[in-house]
Amino acid sequence: MNAPMNTAPVAAKKLKVATTSLAGCFGCHMSFLDIDERILKLLELVEFDRSPLTDIKHCGPCDLGLIEGGLCNAENVHVLREFRKNCKILVAVGACAINGGLPAQRNHLDLRDVLEEVYQTEYLLGRAGIPNDPELPLPLDKVHPIHEVVKVDYFLPGCPPPADAFWKLLTDLLAGRTPTLGHGLLHYD
Amino acid sequence: MTTDLTFQLDGEDIAFTPGQTIMQAAKAAGVYIPHLCWHPDFPAHGSCKLCTVKANGRFGSGCTMEAQAGMVVENRTAELDDKRRTLLQMFFVEGNHFCPSCEKSGDCTLQATAYELKMMSPHFDMFYPDRPVDASHPDVLLDFNRCIMCSLCVTASRDVDKKNVFAMGGRGILGRRIHINSESGKLADTDFALTDRAAGICPVGVILPKRKGFAVPIGERRYDKAPINEQVKEPLKEATP
Repeated sequence: MNAPMNTAPVAAKKLKVATTSLAGCFGCHMSFLDIDERILKLLELVEFDRSPLTDIKHCGPCDLGLIEGGLCNAENVHVLREFRKNCKILVAVGACAINGGLPAQRNHLDLRDVLEEVYQTEYLLGRAGIPNDPELPLPLDKVHPIHEVVKVDYFLPGCPPPADAFWKLLTDLLAGRTPTLGHGLLHYD
Repeated sequence: MTTDLTFQLDGEDIAFTPGQTIMQAAKAAGVYIPHLCWHPDFPAHGSCKLCTVKANGRFGSGCTMEAQAGMVVENRTAELDDKRRTLLQMFFVEGNHFCPSCEKSGDCTLQATAYELKMMSPHFDMFYPDRPVDASHPDVLLDFNRCIMCSLCVTASRDVDKKNVFAMGGRGILGRRIHINSESGKLADTDFALTDRAAGICPVGVILPKRKGFAVPIGERRYDKAPINEQVKEPLKEATP
């Protein structure tokens, strides 16, 4: 009864995809681009919304959101929530989005101690004081993976995930299958 | 003769000798039962619970339960693998398992088991426990961040090396840890040596030889080549000095 009335063939409409890097290194995005010429085939099927590839600053309603990186500051959380609000399917991409990764190595240290050492006391690192510009997002006390803040639909592990794993995930999703990764494509490093 | 003694493991007949556990018989037959704390050379510890099977409809540890003739055992069912995956996720959030920077990555039993069970995320909230490393020993680094409390090092050091270097102590997720039996609590103040059996026994990346990291390139490490369930009969490669 409540089924949508739109009966246009699904294939006719390009799926909207948004991507972002939060507390990540863009390595996952680089690995994504390693799908090489397959990106041309992908562009026949999808259209990119907000992404470092398009430089669009905010995402509208999307079918798929790929999140690289964990949460290390307040802006990361805002961006993540914008993605969750707009994306039908949200994927945590890479080690940092999934378990905090390298940025989370600071979780054993007191944040103030870290900032003071980097900006004030450590020899050769500069003594200009801890930056306090209102434009700068405030760091979180601890770095968190994204599943601790929003619901995440799928996970793509790896540091970075191999290009073939991106391709497998995308082709599975585009075909309406639950994405699966076999031996060689599923790895945490 | 004892050759007609068999039990069923996921519908397959597995031969066993009296006194053998389900795990021992399965390994001899080349069948993989996921496990972390069990090692063929040592008595079963029965603590990790990854090897939980359903024997005649009841849950039990495959490493401690003796095989019985005619027993019907479930192993790789969706129900059991789901529970195993949850256990693995608890291991991953209770320690600091950052595979990209770990020298054991690719050779790690915990990691390979998680791949086998298709663990895609830690699922739970991370604990990020504070576990200082012990770099005091000239030849060996102890990175307790990766410890899963399997106690294999405790057993190997006590029973094989006769040195009793390691001990389990403390309570709770954040309190329980491996202790070093020396007055300072440091490995350097024990007679631990790289040639000890305990030095190569760690299934994860806690006990590491110094100056030898990342010796095998990615793609050629043990579990790059084949998943863990295809290496049941392969001898365990232990770190050598």
